[in-house]
Amino acid sequence: MADFLLEIGCEEIPARMIEGASQELGRRVGELLSRERLTASANVVRFSTPRRLSLIASGLAAVQPDVEEQVMGPSTKVAYKDGVPAAPALAFAKKVGIPLADLQRISTPKGEYLAATVKKKGRAASDILCEMLPRELGGIYWPKNMYWRKPSERFVRPVRWLVAMLDGEVVPLEFDGVAAGNASQGHRILSPGPVQVSRAAAYVESLRRAKVLSSEERLQQIRKALDAAARNIAGARWREDRELLDTVVHLTEFPSALLGNFDPEYLELPEEVLVTVMRDHQKYFALEDASGKLLPHFLAVLNTDGDPDGTIRHGHERVLRARFNDARFFWQTDQKHPLRERMEWLRHVTFQKDLGSYYDKAQRVQRLCSWISEIVRRNGMQVRPGVVHKAACLAKTDLTTELVKEFTELQGIVGGLYARVQQLDPDLPVATRISIADAIYDQYKPESMEDTLPRTIEGAVLSIGDKADSIAGMFGLGLVPSGSKDPFALRRQANAIVRIIAEYKLPLRLDELFGDALAAYQHSAAAQKMKSQSDIWLDLNILIFERLTFYLREFKGYSYDVVSAVLSSDHFDILGTIARADAVKQVKDMPDFQAIAAASKRMRNILRQAAEKGIKPAESFQYFADAQLEEKMLAAQVEKMAPRVESSRNQKDYLEALLLLSTVRPTLDTFFDKVMVMVDDEGVRANRLALLASLLREFSTIADFSEIVTEGKS
Amino acid sequence: MTTKSNSLTFQELILRLQTFWAERGCVLQQPYDVEVGAGTMAPETFLRVLGPRPYKVAYVQPSRRPADGRYGENPNRLYKHMQLQVILKPPPENVQDLYLESLRAIGIDLRRHDIKFEEDNWESPTLGAWGIGWQVMLDGLEITQFTYFQQCGGVDLDPISAELTYGLERIAAFLQDVDSIYEIVWAREPDTGREVTYGDVRLADEQQFSVYNFEAADVEKTWKHFELCEAEAKGLLEKYGSQPKESEREKLRFPLLSAYDLCLKCSHLFNVLDARGAISVTERVGVIARVRALAVGIAKAFVDQQGTETADAAAEGEGKSDSREPAQVT
Repeated sequence: MADFLLEIGCEEIPARMIEGASQELGRRVGELLSRERLTASANVVRFSTPRRLSLIASGLAAVQPDVEEQVMGPSTKVAYKDGVPAAPALAFAKKVGIPLADLQRISTPKGEYLAATVKKKGRAASDILCEMLPRELGGIYWPKNMYWRKPSERFVRPVRWLVAMLDGEVVPLEFDGVAAGNASQGHRILSPGPVQVSRAAAYVESLRRAKVLSSEERLQQIRKALDAAARNIAGARWREDRELLDTVVHLTEFPSALLGNFDPEYLELPEEVLVTVMRDHQKYFALEDASGKLLPHFLAVLNTDGDPDGTIRHGHERVLRARFNDARFFWQTDQKHPLRERMEWLRHVTFQKDLGSYYDKAQRVQRLCSWISEIVRRNGMQVRPGVVHKAACLAKTDLTTELVKEFTELQGIVGGLYARVQQLDPDLPVATRISIADAIYDQYKPESMEDTLPRTIEGAVLSIGDKADSIAGMFGLGLVPSGSKDPFALRRQANAIVRIIAEYKLPLRLDELFGDALAAYQHSAAAQKMKSQSDIWLDLNILIFERLTFYLREFKGYSYDVVSAVLSSDHFDILGTIARADAVKQVKDMPDFQAIAAASKRMRNILRQAAEKGIKPAESFQYFADAQLEEKMLAAQVEKMAPRVESSRNQKDYLEALLLLSTVRPTLDTFFDKVMVMVDDEGVRANRLALLASLLREFSTIADFSEIVTEGKS
Repeated sequence: MTTKSNSLTFQELILRLQTFWAERGCVLQQPYDVEVGAGTMAPETFLRVLGPRPYKVAYVQPSRRPADGRYGENPNRLYKHMQLQVILKPPPENVQDLYLESLRAIGIDLRRHDIKFEEDNWESPTLGAWGIGWQVMLDGLEITQFTYFQQCGGVDLDPISAELTYGLERIAAFLQDVDSIYEIVWAREPDTGREVTYGDVRLADEQQFSVYNFEAADVEKTWKHFELCEAEAKGLLEKYGSQPKESEREKLRFPLLSAYDLCLKCSHLFNVLDARGAISVTERVGVIARVRALAVGIAKAFVDQQGTETADAAAEGEGKSDSREPAQVT
């Protein structure tokens, strides 16, 4: 049993790509080894740094096991003429290298054939790896790759060295013009130059001596170093940040951390701005006190073993000071032109080339938002239309500010911060101004399924209006997300709309929302570029259906059949859909309901088969004198039940409606036991079909029960 | 800690870097004398990276970005900054090590600093050019843009080039440990120790050109300049394309380099108009596309012309063994 070591030595791989590529490499090599029977189950340990993707696969056979294979020859009819071996038989024997007499005869459905059992000699692991591995390495997916020798050879960055060893022996494979050897490379600065690897098992230790640690060790070392550095400030702790940790783990081979300081006067700037500069631009960890308040310090993770004389700290502090100075300068400059003045400036900022400027968008969103506010208010919810209106007008003005131009990730937030400190309108009470500011601040929320919702209902309305306008406009132009492509993040925006409506319990219907959003584009220049309403709705329907499914499944955890069943009914009514899903979930396992679900399938099948044969149900069920008792009883019960079901439904008491529907079960069972629907008599048949159709219609107002998974018999 | 008095002056920094790269076989070019937004746009990069011929060059390129001007009032931002541009075509295998050595040559002891290569890919839609690379971070400061060019003027490169762009003001401010670019010591008289600062040399430049670019540039005339340059460049390109195939001598002396100068002027005039706020958003995309059309057209024609040249040289028995087919002009 041998250990196989592979290391692809590379110029610095982008941090965001390392983990994914390392996993893929591990998987590819593992599969190759199993496929080639070099190991029963590959045990692959991965190792990665910015400059290398490595792995050690243990328990390899040095040579593939020999295998016996049955090779089929010609049919005996052809191979023998009158019992004498003819040319095809001789040729086959020669090909497999077995005397004619030792060939087997095998009966197959097509007749008797010659066959031979051939021993296939296993190849050496080293040969197989040399032949097969380069293709696996070349197959690794990179979000962005390059070439440096030949345009046909692509990798994430130039490959500079390769280590490939089976135990102590070099596997002489070649990839992108680099021949494998037994020399790795140490840390660029701390231990530059080649590192001889004596055998695969010694790899990790050899690298550690050359100041190169595994990603797990680096993570630990970074956490420890951050803790230690933070302890220098009494009561301070660093802000946990998994994403940032991952980034710095993949930017270092031998990490340490340092504590830096900045002038407390910068704390006058909003925390959002300071943290963005530190985190997103400089990859620093922020420090906070026990109450979560930002402290005038930062932690930087280095790719070296320390900073004994403070030179590095001094450098980092200098850079941060310049960045904070810039931010402060932008902040001050921006105040010279308050947001209200910038509304006009939005005429010169394009939202989308065919959809006009952000000024146009602000106009549309503001109208859409007042309509949403009105609906919400009419349904008895507290919302301040004035706050929504003002926030919608100002929402995008921060796009013209220097601060947002510099820190684009802060759009919305900057608008909110400016609105807080600026006089928006001399008559506004302070509390109103703060509400407007908060709505602007939250306008992009929720940005992910984990993100929080806008804090106020006004913010919620603005967020919905803004997103509905974008979706309507883009869909109007046919810029619809497809597959993995969604450049305008329209799916995410639709998810946000669904979540806000669901969690704020807003009485908003999506067909009305998008209908209104689309109407806002009428009579604009954009309208001429737009597709027909019916085409747009085709796409919108798919989007809504998908996003609602996503929300109900992933976020609310409803089972697949419940979601399918309720989405078959009115899927524009989000609150109703959720309530119906909840009701269906509660009754779905009750025996009566299971029976109803099974009966629904049966009714649907009967109606479908009838339709396929061109048989139409009657207009409505008639109590003919010669009708069977069971059908009359079912009809009577449905008739009696219908208004009660409807009234429960109107009160949104779907559980009650479903329980009512379930009461029809015994009658329905008897009906199916005693009554034959598809009889020859046309009149009787049509009448019975009408009865089934009306009953199914009644059921379907809440959900399509035939989607429900029933147990056992159906 | 490095102290201000013994660190390199701005001009020493340039001299050291130039000497370093000259010793590694680079041609030391002089700054290009048409306004450019970046060292990449100088023909020594934009045109030299095209075609098969190896080339190594280093030069300082003052780079003008009218919209970045701050009237000399912002300590970190300039309308015109200096880049030291190095092109290595094709890139040697040890190009990263060479780069790190160049830092040692300007007095940076890497053992006492933190250096990282962080993903940063470069793209210029106007030039139809892009590459893959890093920003090189020294103690948290971006000091160099390191790019492996993949495409230029819409043409796939073979071989590729490595481009190193040193931000000279940033590096000098770092070495001298000053917080404002204007405090950088540009020169120090050997006898008296008298210092001339970056501000002494360039402040008026920043002030006056900020005024010009933001306030004074005559929009109508600037547009006219743009249109004249564009028309002439276009005319030249059309003329090149319509030459009879057999006249190779004529082809070789055709002034594509002049057409490129006109294209650069368009690019700069566009930047002035943009800073001046004279280009509406709708126009913007269109104007960029016009400049790009020129750049891409010239790049393709240049590849064609170079191919002719290479074939010509080969016919005279001086051609390189690795000369390749000229790319198709479309």
